[in-house]
Amino acid sequence: MMEITEGSHAVAEAVRLCRPQVVSAYPITPQTHIVEALADFVANGTLDADYITVENELSALSACVGASAAGSRVYSATTSQGLMLMAEVVFNAAGMRLPIVMSIANRAMGAPLSIWNDMQDSISLRDAGWLHFYAEDNQEATDLHFLAYKVAEDPTVQLPAFVCFDGFILSHTYEPVDMLTQEQADSFLHPYNPSEKLDAKDPMSFGMYATPDYYHEFRYETNEAQNKAKAAIQKYGKEFGTLFGRDYSAFVESYRLDDAETAIVAMGSMCGTIKDAIDEMRDAGQKVGLLRIRVFRPFPIEEVAKALSHVKRVAVLDKNVSLGSRGGATAIEVRDAMYGKTIPVKGYILGLGGRDIRKKDIKEIVKLCEKGVGDQFYGLKKELI
Amino acid sequence: MAEKKTCDLFDCGHRACGGCGAALSARLVTEAAGPETIVVASTGCMEVFSTPYPETAWKVPWIHSLFENAAAVASGIEAALKKQGRKEKVVIMAGDGATFDIGMICISGAFERGHDFTYICYDNEAYMNTGIQRSGATPYDASTTTSPAGKVSFGNKRPKKDMPAILAAHGAPYVATASIAYPADLMQKVQKAINTPGPCYVQVHAPCCTGWGFEGEQTIAIAKLAIETGLWVNFEMVDGTVTKVKKVVRKPVTEYLKTQKRFRHLFKPKLQEAEIAHIQAIADKNAEKYGIDIKVPPKKE
Repeated sequence: MMEITEGSHAVAEAVRLCRPQVVSAYPITPQTHIVEALADFVANGTLDADYITVENELSALSACVGASAAGSRVYSATTSQGLMLMAEVVFNAAGMRLPIVMSIANRAMGAPLSIWNDMQDSISLRDAGWLHFYAEDNQEATDLHFLAYKVAEDPTVQLPAFVCFDGFILSHTYEPVDMLTQEQADSFLHPYNPSEKLDAKDPMSFGMYATPDYYHEFRYETNEAQNKAKAAIQKYGKEFGTLFGRDYSAFVESYRLDDAETAIVAMGSMCGTIKDAIDEMRDAGQKVGLLRIRVFRPFPIEEVAKALSHVKRVAVLDKNVSLGSRGGATAIEVRDAMYGKTIPVKGYILGLGGRDIRKKDIKEIVKLCEKGVGDQFYGLKKELI
Repeated sequence: MAEKKTCDLFDCGHRACGGCGAALSARLVTEAAGPETIVVASTGCMEVFSTPYPETAWKVPWIHSLFENAAAVASGIEAALKKQGRKEKVVIMAGDGATFDIGMICISGAFERGHDFTYICYDNEAYMNTGIQRSGATPYDASTTTSPAGKVSFGNKRPKKDMPAILAAHGAPYVATASIAYPADLMQKVQKAINTPGPCYVQVHAPCCTGWGFEGEQTIAIAKLAIETGLWVNFEMVDGTVTKVKKVVRKPVTEYLKTQKRFRHLFKPKLQEAEIAHIQAIADKNAEKYGIDIKVPPKKE
C-alpha cells in the first residue's frame, strides 16, 4: 500500500513486519526516529518483541549477539559514533556467524563532531564480515530490510547485515513508499529457525578461541559466506521482485549507461541527484551514465567490471575517504575491478559531513573527469584551507 | 564415584593449572545450576582454559563473545528465552577484570534493567590470563606485574573495589560472596541466586596458584585463611541488607599473607610492620562492618 512517510518510519514499519523477537538499540541522531517508532510499536502491542533499552551501543549489539545465538530474530539500528563504539562486537557478530540485521542511518565520524551525513561510518567497517546494502531512496531502504533478513538467515550465508541509508537525507525525508502488508512480508520472510542455537536440549559452545592452527580457516569460511551471499541475493532479490514487483537481484543498477562515454559510479541517495544531472547532460548531448552500487559487501567486482567495460572514463564519487590513500573506498574497489583495463578511473571525495551535493557539482565532476583530473577532494573552500 | 562427579557439567581434561580455584568454581557453579542453564562467559583465563577450539569442557550451552560484554549478551539471551517461552536459566561466569573493570558499564546497565540472570564473578584478584596484572579487585599491597613491589613501592596501592555494594545499590535482590573453600555454602548461594527473579550477583573467592605464588595443593587452605583472617568475608545480602555472615575466630592477617609470593615483599628482606598493620586494619574494618568475630571467652588463670 502506497503511503507518504518519513524514511525512519518506513524502515521501522518494515522492521515491524519482519517480526524480530528482540530489538536492542541506543538512541543516536539521526537514527532516533526508527527506534522511537519501534518502542511505540512494542508499547502498543503491534510488535511482539522485547525492546532492550541498553545503556550504550556496545551493549546494544552485544544483546543482539546473545539473543541471536539463543535463536531469535534480532534487530538494531545505529550510526556513526555509535557504530564505532560497537566496532568490537561488529567483528564478533560476523565471526560468530549471527544473522543480525542493523540499520545504519549513515553519518560522518568525529572529530570534529558532525551529526550530518556521509558514509564514513559503515564504510570504515567494511572488513568485518557484514553484508552491506546501500539504499538510494526510502522505498529501497524499506525493501532492503526484508531482503537483508532473508539473505542473512540463509543457511549458506549466516552473516549479519547492514542496511545503510543516508542520515537526514533519507531518514528524515518524507517520500511515497509502497509498504508490504504483514501477509506479504510473511509470505517472503519466514520465522527464523536456526539449526544451531544455545539450547539446553543440545548443548553447544559458541565463541571459543582459536589457535593459529584454526583461526585462518575461520576467516576463510566467513569470506566464503560472503561469496555465497551473492547467489542468495540474486535468488531472493528476484523472488522479492516476482512477489512485489521490485526486483533486487542485481548488485548494481545501470542508468543511461549503455552508450555512455563517461560513467559515474556512486552509492546511496546522491544517485537521485546524479540521475537528474545525467538527464540534463544527456539533453545537452553529453554521453554520461551512472552505475549505482547497491551491494558493497559482497563487492560485485565482476558486475562492475562488465558494466564499465565499454566506457571511456570512470568518475567514482565517494562520501567517505580512506585517509592516506588515493581516495574513497568505492574508488579503490572500482579501480580493483578495472585492473588490467586501460579505462581511466578517477575518484572524487565529496559531500563529507553533510555538505550538499548539487546537480552542478555532478556536472563539474564530469568535466574534471573528461580533462583527466581527479583523485581529489571535490569542492574544497580555498579560504578555509 | 568422586571422579565421575567431577566430570559432570564442567568436564575434566580442561587446561587449567593444577589447583586452579577458578576451575573449581566452574565445577561447583555448574553442579549447583544444573543442566537447564546457559552459561555466558567473558574473555579470561577460564574461557581460554576451557574452550580451545575444537574442544570444550562445558556440557551446558555456553557462549563467549567479548571481554566486557557478558552482562549485555546475557540480557539478550534472557530476552530471547522469554519471547520463545523457554525456561533455561542464564548464568554469567566472568573474572574480576571483566567484572570490576572493563565490564562495569555493561553490568551496571544490565542490573539497572533488571534482567533475570545470575552473575558469578570468579575473583582471583588480578588479570591472570594476560600475566597477572592488577585489577580493581587486587588487594592492597599485592605485587602484580603492573603493580610490582619495588624499592619505592609495596605493590598495589589501592584496596579492593566493593563490587557487591555497588550491585546492591543497583537494587539487585540477591548479592552474595562465597569461597571455593566452602563448596556447600557456594552451591547454596548459586542456587538461591538462580531461583531469585532479577539480576543476582555472587562473587566467589578463587585463589590462583600461579598468580598469587603458592603450590597448587594449598588452594583450599589459602582460601580458608582469607576468611579466617577477615580479608575475605562470606555474606549474603537480600534486597540490600546483609542477612547472613560467616563468623570466625580471627587469625592475624600475616597467617594469610605469608603463604603467597605476591605478599613476600612484606616479609623479606625485612618485615614491613607499617604495611602489615595497614592490612590488619582492613581486616579489622571488615570484621567490624560485617560482625564476623566469634568472641572467645578469656581463659581463667
